[in-house]
Amino acid sequence: MPETKVLTANLHEPDLHTIAVYERLGGYASARKAVLDMAPEEVLEQLEASGLRGRGGAGFSMGKKASFIPKGTMDKYLCCNADESEPGTFKDRLLMQKNPHQLVEGCIIGSIAAGANKAFIFIRGEYEIQAKILDAAVEEARVKGYLGEGIFGSKFDLDLVVHRGQGAYICGEESALLDGLEGKRGNPRLKPPFPANQGLYQGPTLINNVETLCNTPAIIEKGADWFQSMGVDKSTGTKLVSVSGNVQRPGNYEIELGTSVREIVYGLAGGPPEGREVKGFFPGGSSAPVLTADSLDLPYTFESMAEAGSMLGSGAIIVIDDSQPIVPLALRLAEFYRHESCGKCVPCREGTNWTVKTLERIEEGEATPMDLEIMADVQENIIGNCLCVLGDSMAMPIGSMIKHFRAEFEEHIEGARADKDREAVAAFGAGELAADDEAGPA
Amino acid sequence: MPDRRTFPLGWDAANDLDKDPGLVPDPAEVDVPEELRVAILAAMARYPDSRSATLPALASAQKVHGWCSPLALHQTAAVMQVTPAYLSSVATFYDMLRTEPIGDRYLFVCTSVACHLRDAKAVYEAIAQEARDQGLEGVDVREFECLGACDMAPMASVDGRYVGPLAQSDARELVSAVKEKRQVLPGRGLEDPGFRLPWSTSDA
Repeated sequence: MPETKVLTANLHEPDLHTIAVYERLGGYASARKAVLDMAPEEVLEQLEASGLRGRGGAGFSMGKKASFIPKGTMDKYLCCNADESEPGTFKDRLLMQKNPHQLVEGCIIGSIAAGANKAFIFIRGEYEIQAKILDAAVEEARVKGYLGEGIFGSKFDLDLVVHRGQGAYICGEESALLDGLEGKRGNPRLKPPFPANQGLYQGPTLINNVETLCNTPAIIEKGADWFQSMGVDKSTGTKLVSVSGNVQRPGNYEIELGTSVREIVYGLAGGPPEGREVKGFFPGGSSAPVLTADSLDLPYTFESMAEAGSMLGSGAIIVIDDSQPIVPLALRLAEFYRHESCGKCVPCREGTNWTVKTLERIEEGEATPMDLEIMADVQENIIGNCLCVLGDSMAMPIGSMIKHFRAEFEEHIEGARADKDREAVAAFGAGELAADDEAGPA
Repeated sequence: MPDRRTFPLGWDAANDLDKDPGLVPDPAEVDVPEELRVAILAAMARYPDSRSATLPALASAQKVHGWCSPLALHQTAAVMQVTPAYLSSVATFYDMLRTEPIGDRYLFVCTSVACHLRDAKAVYEAIAQEARDQGLEGVDVREFECLGACDMAPMASVDGRYVGPLAQSDARELVSAVKEKRQVLPGRGLEDPGFRLPWSTSDA
């Protein structure tokens, strides 16, 4: 199955980032329709009927999430989560850089559905170019009257602000994102209350990923049935998949959900380098439990990835080939989560730290097989015990690595320890050892 | 076991316990560079709650002062009417806000999971070694967590301009260009016209 281009259909068009080109290709017609010709309930209905699920990681129904926003006259907010920091994920970067107006239009439609008059795009600070492109796009839309007071000549006001983060993975977590947007340290909040009830500035807030919102203009234009016709079962529509790691052609590929993982990894991304085999892969960003080559023939859907014990997550496939030792990879992964843990909850703060220390001990030949058991135990004690899932995001992949590659871990422990012993003997010097023997008790 | 963690210089310096805690500075008593004041006020006006402007304000202060120095925090606090301690708590949380005078430019080399699989550590070490050899100063060179460009792995961000895919052999040219403030590896930046990955058949 080749790529199915919906979100990325027009990316080859020169100057797509300008409003003139975007409108020439039919842009903003959906937003206009949603504002002028449809009741907010109809917009909500279409989104819910489409089966569109969140593309940021959790995979929750977008329409349902929007329907949780209470009705009423209080200030309501839409936040677009553009803090794409999940290792392996770079799909939103492409969407924002090449087609920023599609996201602006998605924000308008999302705001209609949520009844929000203030919208924010929280973009990670590292995306400096993309933030500038978005800023320019928002300004163009404002000049045209698509944002601001009485958009498209209606009575609906909508302000859109591009808010730049300053480098914190945790701000991709929805409640930490809200704290970052309120000008605080990005610490996750206790839930409930959920953001739909009490989010930004204590008001009802709808939070959606960039790709999720980018899907909405086409749904409004072509209808929920059309969207339903793509994909399988409860995984409808197309998905932009970021393929990275040990493949010949890393990149973003838009596929219909349900395409097999093998098709994506081998067909589109060219498979592992010549002479190498797939050892395992992260199916949904580095937070997703690792699957082995046995799972390559599964269809790429939310359900089948969950059934296999992992998740579709942000839709980022990181391929590991058979030349990669697993321990350094686990260490790199654990270091990332240690660095990014905000420190609010003890299991995550300490668990990530001790996992790194244990893996370092393994690397340096100081560990025993018992350390592996302790490490597996630490992972189990992180999962489900924190305010957010950052700790789980380390515990699940590390736990899966220990499960799938236990023999390799054990071999690594023994191998590194034997190396260390040999080095110690060499450093001590054979002569001195001999002298010791002579001096010892007869 | 040796202590592997390096703490920032002065992390254990004793606090001056005789000093009063910093209050919200009186705007009349603090000299704030005009461009900084304008930038902060503009950011504050964008949000329903002016405190939301903390991150953009600190970013502006960092641009003017090179880092989030005590003076930079004091000036920002005076304009935003918050305590310097509050700003300090925020500045220490975010990776891109510098709380030490390391340099006013940056060179982040991604060594996260996807880049790790493509030998990013060796690329980082080559760049760090080059930076020492060439005596690169005023630039914050460090390993960084996933920069969201795993398709061009291994890669680096030079003041926000993404370049890649990199090899160890690029280190010398890359560091010289940063040092001489030239464009780094022209044609290999993400937003360069016609940029495409070596294996890609289209611009996207």
